[in-house]
Amino acid sequence: MATLTHHESVTAEYLEVSPNARKKFIMIIVAGVIVLAIGLLLAALGIGAEHHEGTAAAHGATSHGAGPAAGHHGSPAWLKRLIVSLWHNNVFFTGVSAIGTVFMAIQYVAYAGWSVLIKRINEALSAWLLPGLVIMVAVFLVSLINNDIFHWTMPGIMEKGNANYDAIIAGKSGFLNIPFYLIRMVLFLGLWAFFTKRLRDLSLAEDLNGGTEYFHKSINVSALFLVIYAVTSSISAWDWVMSVDTHWFSTMFGWYVFASWWVSGIAAVTLCTILLKQAGYLRFVKEGHLHDLGKFMFGFSIFWTYVWFSQFMLIWYANLPEESVYYNQRLGGFNGQYTWMFFANLVINFVFPFLVLMTRDAKRQMIMLKIVSIAILIGHWSDFYLMLMPGTMKAENGFVIEIGTALIFLGAFLLLMTKRLSQASLVPVHHPFLDESVHHTT
Amino acid sequence: MTKRFALGIFDDEDVLLHAVENVREAGVKIYEVFTPFPIHGIDDALGIERSRLPIAAFFFGLTGLSFALWMQIYMLGFDWPMIIGGKPHIALPAFIPVSFELTVLFCCHGMVITFYTISKLYPRWKTPVLDVRSTDDKFVMAIEVNESTDMTKLTQLLRDNGASEVNQKEMSKF
Repeated sequence: MATLTHHESVTAEYLEVSPNARKKFIMIIVAGVIVLAIGLLLAALGIGAEHHEGTAAAHGATSHGAGPAAGHHGSPAWLKRLIVSLWHNNVFFTGVSAIGTVFMAIQYVAYAGWSVLIKRINEALSAWLLPGLVIMVAVFLVSLINNDIFHWTMPGIMEKGNANYDAIIAGKSGFLNIPFYLIRMVLFLGLWAFFTKRLRDLSLAEDLNGGTEYFHKSINVSALFLVIYAVTSSISAWDWVMSVDTHWFSTMFGWYVFASWWVSGIAAVTLCTILLKQAGYLRFVKEGHLHDLGKFMFGFSIFWTYVWFSQFMLIWYANLPEESVYYNQRLGGFNGQYTWMFFANLVINFVFPFLVLMTRDAKRQMIMLKIVSIAILIGHWSDFYLMLMPGTMKAENGFVIEIGTALIFLGAFLLLMTKRLSQASLVPVHHPFLDESVHHTT
Repeated sequence: MTKRFALGIFDDEDVLLHAVENVREAGVKIYEVFTPFPIHGIDDALGIERSRLPIAAFFFGLTGLSFALWMQIYMLGFDWPMIIGGKPHIALPAFIPVSFELTVLFCCHGMVITFYTISKLYPRWKTPVLDVRSTDDKFVMAIEVNESTDMTKLTQLLRDNGASEVNQKEMSKF
């Protein structure tokens, strides 16, 4: 290799999270709390809130026919919004967090060398899985009190003769029942967290002892994880997101949610790499590595759009009422209040990354990648907003509470991630492909 | 027109890569390097500029997209309007798959044809080979020489940088 001539030895490099940075993360949380408090106050005072009467008329298709049930269920609007937005943010952040391990596992199985230098960022990204599990179980249990998130959790909805009885939902009771749902939730997130821990432990042991034994073990662990993740990520998409619209279903949905998490995860890794590099770390990460991350963001933005369109076009073309209600709600439904988001979603997640990252030079410049990765993260957060809100909040959605909650999650996520990052060398010094990654050129 | 070349034959790609760097540093212009397989990083070492093929690809793609949209809008919207599934005559979501496919089709065919043309890889073109072993296991560095070239110095330079032999060859079709 040409670059071997100016070889510089690679040594361990430790991140020190400065008190300043930690203060910034805490400030994000504080800002979030303030925004959240303002939002709750506004919602409790009823500013900008229209009530159920108008809503039920605007979308006859989802108001489950049985009038009496639809009228009085749910917490007050501010509480319901808080619960739903906790759920929304946790699904987004936990899903993105899991991508760290998924990405790393794919790199292992593919015997990829280039990504070794950013491996520790992937490991750190997955630090949110266990807190994510705890929050998800907690929010789900809280939501059961007034059935704020899922319509199918209503008592009696699966019992024939009950006032709440819904034949379609009752037909899904074998899968959508609370005990099985909770078992799935704990099992899936537990498995993801277990494999994350296993890969992390192997990687840290490799740092200490060297040798290729850990590498080969990691490949086996990764292969097993990927098979499990492929199935569980799809089912968790049905569980956590699609079952909000209980009557509706889409066979593309597992892929759709995965595509959203996946491209956001890559954007998060890219952003973190750039921020670390600008803070003076990761000096062996060169343009080539950024170029590859940029290609991933570019490519998977298109992949997300492909899945989005595949889901949209079939439903649009067939125009079956039970399917197209999903898009009716988002395109013009509820007095058209989701319509702008529906189109903004496509612009920010497809048109923008597609046009900006098209040239080679753009993918090699930190500033471009930074802008696009932030746009993708915001875009896919809104994508999840658009998946969850019309089904739960109907016309009573808002943004202040939701953004406040998002900031709190972001601050906590960053605190945990940087802590995990600082616990080990940023360079996996004994990874067998380290040299290949250091000399990576594209 | 006949050109004369000094050919440095190398046995190993790493040696060749270093030799390319050193020979260029010594101020000798390398005409071309022939290798049995692509070598990572040799483009940079030779100072070859990046291909402008992606720019051509973009415009081929744009042509394909425009053609596809024009074709569908004209055919289904104006030339022979039909109601299909109760949709408007010009129903953009239905046009997207075809537009996508034609963009890809135009783009890749355009790129292949452009690449073959600029590389002179069209039918009946005889590719001159300076040393047939460059298709097997040897790496050949070709340097164009003329009467004023100091051959002993050049031979020495190539030998010093690991060439296993240095030959000369004349080629009429370059």
